[in-house]
Amino acid sequence: HMDLNQQNCTNDAWGAARSAAQVWLSLVVGLIMLPAMFGVSLGITETYMKVLIKTLKWATFRIQKGRRERETLKPSPSNGIIQRDDGSMEKEIGELRRSRPKRPDGGDFTLSDVFYFSRKGLESIVEDEVTQRFSSEELVSWNLLTRTNNNFHYVSLRLTVLWGLGVVIRYCILAPLRITLAAIGISWLVIGTTVVGLLPSSRVKNWLSELVHLMCYRICARGLSATVHYHNKQNRPRKGGICVANHTSPIDVVILANDGCYAMVGQVHGGLMGVIQRSMVKSCPHIWFERSEMKDRHLVTQRLRDHVNDKTKLPILIFPEGTCINNTSVMMFKKGSFEIGGTIYPVAIKYDPQFGDAFWNSAKYNMVSYLLRMMTSWAIVCNVWYLPAMTQMEGEDAVQFANRVKSAIARQGGLVDLSWDGGLKRDKVKNTFKELEQKKYSSMVVGDDSSD
Amino acid sequence: MGLPLVESALQWNSGILNANRDPKNDDVEFQITRLYSRFHSLDKGENGALSREDFQRIPELAINPLGDRIINAFFPEGEDQVNFRGFMRTLAHFRPVEDNEKSKGHDASEPLNSRNNKLLFAFRLYDLDRDDKISRDELLQVLRMMVGVNISDEQLGSIADRTIQEADTNGDMSISFSEFIKVLEKVDVEQKMSIRFLH
Repeated sequence: HMDLNQQNCTNDAWGAARSAAQVWLSLVVGLIMLPAMFGVSLGITETYMKVLIKTLKWATFRIQKGRRERETLKPSPSNGIIQRDDGSMEKEIGELRRSRPKRPDGGDFTLSDVFYFSRKGLESIVEDEVTQRFSSEELVSWNLLTRTNNNFHYVSLRLTVLWGLGVVIRYCILAPLRITLAAIGISWLVIGTTVVGLLPSSRVKNWLSELVHLMCYRICARGLSATVHYHNKQNRPRKGGICVANHTSPIDVVILANDGCYAMVGQVHGGLMGVIQRSMVKSCPHIWFERSEMKDRHLVTQRLRDHVNDKTKLPILIFPEGTCINNTSVMMFKKGSFEIGGTIYPVAIKYDPQFGDAFWNSAKYNMVSYLLRMMTSWAIVCNVWYLPAMTQMEGEDAVQFANRVKSAIARQGGLVDLSWDGGLKRDKVKNTFKELEQKKYSSMVVGDDSSD
Repeated sequence: MGLPLVESALQWNSGILNANRDPKNDDVEFQITRLYSRFHSLDKGENGALSREDFQRIPELAINPLGDRIINAFFPEGEDQVNFRGFMRTLAHFRPVEDNEKSKGHDASEPLNSRNNKLLFAFRLYDLDRDDKISRDELLQVLRMMVGVNISDEQLGSIADRTIQEADTNGDMSISFSEFIKVLEKVDVEQKMSIRFLH
């Protein structure tokens, strides 16, 4: 009878586990998934956010108290730590040459000219505009996540206890919940789009396809505890248009698709991504390129143009920066998207770093560890601004148009507008820029006489 | 995150930067911490030292016509790696001179950011073979780096000749450090070769 007792115990244990799982699943479905699918909010997230904000404010206060010997609060590091004179080369070198008599042709060389280049060089070694964009933004005050604790030291026991509590909540309660939701969302996407794909082409099919996509992205957004504030919804992208946005992470897609339907553009992947891509394209046209096709720019542009010209198809979603940037700036927009023609609908996305760092540092984390980091953050909070539509103006080429759109997005999102290429994350800078500097300096050496 | 290293850097630096009796010790500590963060973020290999490639990854430095010479200033003769100590040593040349006035001169040796040492830094940008003389050849090479392909050899040669003629006082057709100082005596070196922290 010992065996029987043991068997009963294990049976009870299994039974208990099963009913716990059932309760868990029904809670998740009832309280989170169903309302998400229908775009309804039960107010749970709002309450969570309120509590979170209060807690973080208290933590900030404690940290500041602990640093009372520092009278001034150090301003945000992304504002710069050294004084940079934005004087032009002409002005700076001109000042260096002030003590010499001016020559008639305005050109000259002095041994002190190197001062300008050496100071500029050392300034860029201490701090430069570009490399800081490829790593996560530093926070002014700690938000109780281990990962952001770079410059903050131990302050008090209460704070540490709070942090510990945070770890338990985030890893043991929130993360499993979010992983469940994400799994449900993705499976529903694959199954739903495949089923819709079986229908013949009709308006009903399109409507159903949009519904399925929206529901899945809504579930996935809840799976990240994403709180998104959409502004100016009247400017939302329309069919036959091109939606461009600044790029911070793969989550951008979920954030945008949570509020509207887009045709995705991207490279064909293998594995789970590939499965999702193949099923999505069954229900409505998305644009997936093989790796070999991506090299042929004309082919790419033509396919995009064909899609855009068909006014019944959904607006395409493109990230012209081409790579993920850390959401403090907008880097160069590649002109390819702006040569397609059609109306551009710019969108600015700005994440609030206080609740979780959304930037995907692909050099440091692969996709899976990145997603796990997302799911163990407090929340993803962001603002999305839909900007008024823009079209290419007379006499404006693609590059100028791209820069105009980039500036508009940077201005709206409060981001720094840079002309540097996001590709500098991996590649070396082109030699042509150095040659430009050399040319500028040469004209200061030989003067203004054009002896041709 | 290497904070003990920063503490020891602070102690060591109080010799080099004359920060011992500096009333703004908090500021100096902040600056050193920031510079250590920067050193660490440039150090992609995470081995506590920077190589020339690490510097060249900075786009603004890569497009600087004298980028290679500036990078070279960090590496002592024959070495390929610079640690945080060496990094700070070179950067110390660009500390503003007024920071020294706050501490009385208690050191016999000249601080790294004195006018003389700033001029020496610039001199060494020209002096490619480190023989304490700028020859015509060396001047030509540095000029070529600065102007690229935009000026002919002849024109550049005459510019170099003129420059040496103006500076050379002892007739050896090259510029020594003392001749270098004399030529630049009217230039506001302290202002132009200094980097100021915002706090």
